[in-house]
Amino acid sequence: MMKVEDAKVEAGPDIFSVEDLRIEAQIGGRWAEIVKGISFQLKRGEVLGLVGESGAGKSTIGLAALGNVKQGCRIAGGRVSFRGQDLFASPENIRRKLRGTRIAYVAQSAAASFNPAKRLMDQVTEAAVKRGGQSKAEAKRNACRLFRALQLPDPEIFGDRYPHQVSGGQLQRAMAAMALICEPDLIVFDEPTTALDVTTQVEVLMAVRNAIETFGVAAIYITHDLAIVAQMADRIAVLRYGEIVEQGPTNQILENPRHSYTRSLWAVREILTEPSQKTRTLLRVDRVSAFYGLLQVLDDVSLEIGRAETVALVGESGSGKSTLGRLIAGLKEPESGSVTFDGVSCPPSVSTRSKELLRRIQIIYQSADTALNPRHTVRKIIGRPLSFYHGATGENREARIGELLKLVELDPAFADRLPGQLSGGQRQRVAIARALAANPELIVCDEITSALDQIVQADILKMLVSLQEKLGISYLFITHDIATVKAIANHVVVMHRGQIVEQGPKADVLSPPHPEYTQLLLSSVPEMTSGWLDKVISDRRKLAAA
Amino acid sequence: MALSSMWRQRAADATRPGLLATIRRIPPTAWFGFAVILLYGGAALLAPWVAPYGENEVVSQTPFAPWGAEFWLGTDQLGRDFLSRIIFGARNSIGIALVTTILAFLIGGTLGIVAATMRGWTDQILSRLVDSLMSIPDLIFTLMLLAIFGSSVFNLIVIIAVIDATRVFRLARASAFNVVTLEFVEAAEARGEKLPWLVRQEILPNILPVLVSEFGLRFCFVFLSIAALSFLGVGLQPPMAEWGSMVRDNAALISSGDITPLIPAAAIALLTVGVNFVADWYLNETGGLSHDEG
Repeated sequence: MMKVEDAKVEAGPDIFSVEDLRIEAQIGGRWAEIVKGISFQLKRGEVLGLVGESGAGKSTIGLAALGNVKQGCRIAGGRVSFRGQDLFASPENIRRKLRGTRIAYVAQSAAASFNPAKRLMDQVTEAAVKRGGQSKAEAKRNACRLFRALQLPDPEIFGDRYPHQVSGGQLQRAMAAMALICEPDLIVFDEPTTALDVTTQVEVLMAVRNAIETFGVAAIYITHDLAIVAQMADRIAVLRYGEIVEQGPTNQILENPRHSYTRSLWAVREILTEPSQKTRTLLRVDRVSAFYGLLQVLDDVSLEIGRAETVALVGESGSGKSTLGRLIAGLKEPESGSVTFDGVSCPPSVSTRSKELLRRIQIIYQSADTALNPRHTVRKIIGRPLSFYHGATGENREARIGELLKLVELDPAFADRLPGQLSGGQRQRVAIARALAANPELIVCDEITSALDQIVQADILKMLVSLQEKLGISYLFITHDIATVKAIANHVVVMHRGQIVEQGPKADVLSPPHPEYTQLLLSSVPEMTSGWLDKVISDRRKLAAA
Repeated sequence: MALSSMWRQRAADATRPGLLATIRRIPPTAWFGFAVILLYGGAALLAPWVAPYGENEVVSQTPFAPWGAEFWLGTDQLGRDFLSRIIFGARNSIGIALVTTILAFLIGGTLGIVAATMRGWTDQILSRLVDSLMSIPDLIFTLMLLAIFGSSVFNLIVIIAVIDATRVFRLARASAFNVVTLEFVEAAEARGEKLPWLVRQEILPNILPVLVSEFGLRFCFVFLSIAALSFLGVGLQPPMAEWGSMVRDNAALISSGDITPLIPAAAIALLTVGVNFVADWYLNETGGLSHDEG
C-alpha cells in the first residue's frame, strides 16, 4: 500500500523513466523499427510534451508508458520503468493493476472511448471501485469533487447522464476525471483536444491544466500542435520518425530551437501573403438562407469574392460554412436569396446549371481519401475533366495530364498510380490538379489542409498562392484554423450559427475591435508563447467578474 | 505517342509481380474449385466429342441396364446411355443457368445502382416493387408463371432471372448506397456527370467485388432452382438431358439399392461446392465491401 506522504515529494528521484526504448511493428510481413531508442525521465508533478507529426510514433510511446503495445507491435529493447519497476519485465496482471489506478490514460476521442449504454458516473468510478480499493460511495464523492475541479456543469448530477447527453468538451473532461479518480502518479494525454473546436479546446485545456497542478501528477502530453504543448508542458520532446530530434525546457524549444525540424512544426505560421487591392467582383452571394429539413443552417448570408482573391470563411463545426461552399458549387439549393457569378445569376442546382458554369466553379474536399475514386488511376481522375469540359483526347490529353501534375508539384509518372498508393498530401495535390483541369475561375476549398501535417499544409498553401498568381484563380477557403487564414487570406468572413458575424479585409478582421464572437474565436487560438493560456484564463476571469 | 506507350508499359510492369503473388496466394480450396469448374466447362463445351453416345440415342434394348464395360453407368428408363446424358446435361444445365444468372445481374444490378444513385421516388418505387415480388414464395410464383406462359427454355430463363434479380437488386442497392455517400461521387455530380457515367464509372468498380462473389452464389441457386423445376416436370422438357429431370426419371432405382440416380445429384452438389470455394477466395482477395485499399 502507498502512503499519502509519499505522494507529496517534490523534485526527488524520477518516478517514471524510459531508457533506449525500441518498438518494432510488423509492416508487410517484416519487422520494422518504429520507435528507435527513445529516452526520457519524469519527476513527480512534471509535464512532458511529446510533439510530432502523424506517424512519428507518439501514440505508440504513450501506450508503452502504460506497459502496453498495439497488436502487431513488439518491444525490441530498452526499459520503461515506473517507480523503479520495469513494466515490460513484470507480468501482465501487475501491469493491469497499475493501469487506471497508478498510470492513467486520456484518449483523443472521448466519444469513442465511453460506453454509450452506461451512465458517466459508473464509467468514471469503475477503475476506482474495481482496482483502486475505493468503496462505491467514496468513489462517487471523489468523482463529484473532480467534476467540480474540472468545471463541469452541475457536478452533483453530471454523472447521472449518458455520454450522448453531454457535449464533446464535457465528455473529454469526464475522461480526465476518470483518469484522475485514483490519484495516479502519471497520466498519458493522447491528443485530448484534437477533435474539439478551438473555443471548446481552451476550456478543456484550462480544466486539465488546473487539475494537473492541483493534484500534482506527472503527465505525458501528446499532440501535434506545438502551440498547445507550449501551454501545458514544462519540457518538450520533438519526435520524428520514432526518434527524439530535440528535447529541452519549453521556453528554450520555442525561442531557440536547435533543430530545423522543430521550426518546420510551425511552418504554416511563417507564410505571409501581401494584402491585395480590391478587384472586380467574380461571385456575389446575396441574402441566402438554407435549411436541412427544419434546421436552418444559413440565415441571410451575403458575401462577395473578387477575381484572383482569397476569401477565408472561418467558423466552428456546425456554423454552416461548408453548406455555404456546397451551395455556391450547386450541391445544395438555397431556400431564398441568390448567387451571381460573373454578373449572371446561377441556377440553384447542378442539374440546372450549364456545363460552362460548372466548369468555372470547382470544389475541393477536406478528405482526399474519399474525394478520389479508389478504383481510378490518377490519369483517369485528372483526365476526365479534361475530356468532359474541353473534349481533350489522345496525346493532347496525355500532355495536359503531365502538365497538371507538374503544376501541383508531382512527378508525371504518378499518372499510373491509384489513390491508395499515394500519401495524404499527394492525394490532396491530385484533387487540386483535378480541379485545375477544368480551368476554373473559382475554387471552393473545403478545409482542404486540415487533415494534413504542418509541413505538408504549408507546402500546399504556398502552392495554392503561387497558382493564384500564375492563373488568376479566386479561392473561397473554408477553414477553422486561424493560422491558415493569416497565411493566405485577403478577405475574411466569420460565421457563427449560420450567420455572418463579421467580414472585411484580413487586417481589419484580425485586429481589434472585434464583435464578441470574433473576439472569443481569436482569443481561443493557442499562441506560440508559453504564458498564453494563463493570460486567457485571467482575461476571462476578469470578464466574468465585470 | 512514344511517351504514352512508355507509361502504359510501366503500368503493365507494375501489375505483373502483383499477379504472380496473387496466384501464389491461392489456397487449395480455390484450386479445387477451379479444377471442378474447368472439368464441367470442358464437359459442356466438348460434349459431342467426349460423350460415348448421342444425347437421345437409344442404345440398349433393356431399360435400366446395369453398370458395365459397354455402358459405364448403365442406361436410363428408355435405354439411353446414362454417362452420355450426364455429359450432355452439363451443357444444358450449366448453359441455361449461366445465361439466367447473367440476365438476373444485368437487371438487378443496374436497377439497384440506379435506385441508390437517384434516391427519392425512383428508389421508393423500385424498392417497393422488389419487396412485393420477394413477398411471394419463389417456387410457387415460378410454377404459376410457367403455367401461364408455358414452359419453354426462353420463358424459364426470363422468369427465373426476374425473380432472382430481386435479390441482386437488394445487394447492389445496399452496397451502392455505401459508395454514393462518398465525396468522389458528389465531385462527379458537381462536375456535371450524368447517370450512366456515375453508375458505370464511379459506383460499379467499387461494388464489383461484392457483385462478382454474389454471382458465384447466385449461379448455384439458379442451377438448383432449374434442377428443382425439372424434377417437378415443368423445367426443361424431354428429351433434353438435364440433371434435375434425370434424378426424377430414374428415382425408382434407389429402392433397389442402385445409386445411379444420385450421380446427377452429386454432379450438382460438386459444382455448387466448387463455385462457392472460388467465390470465397475472390471475396477474400479483393477485400469485399471495403473500398479504402487500392
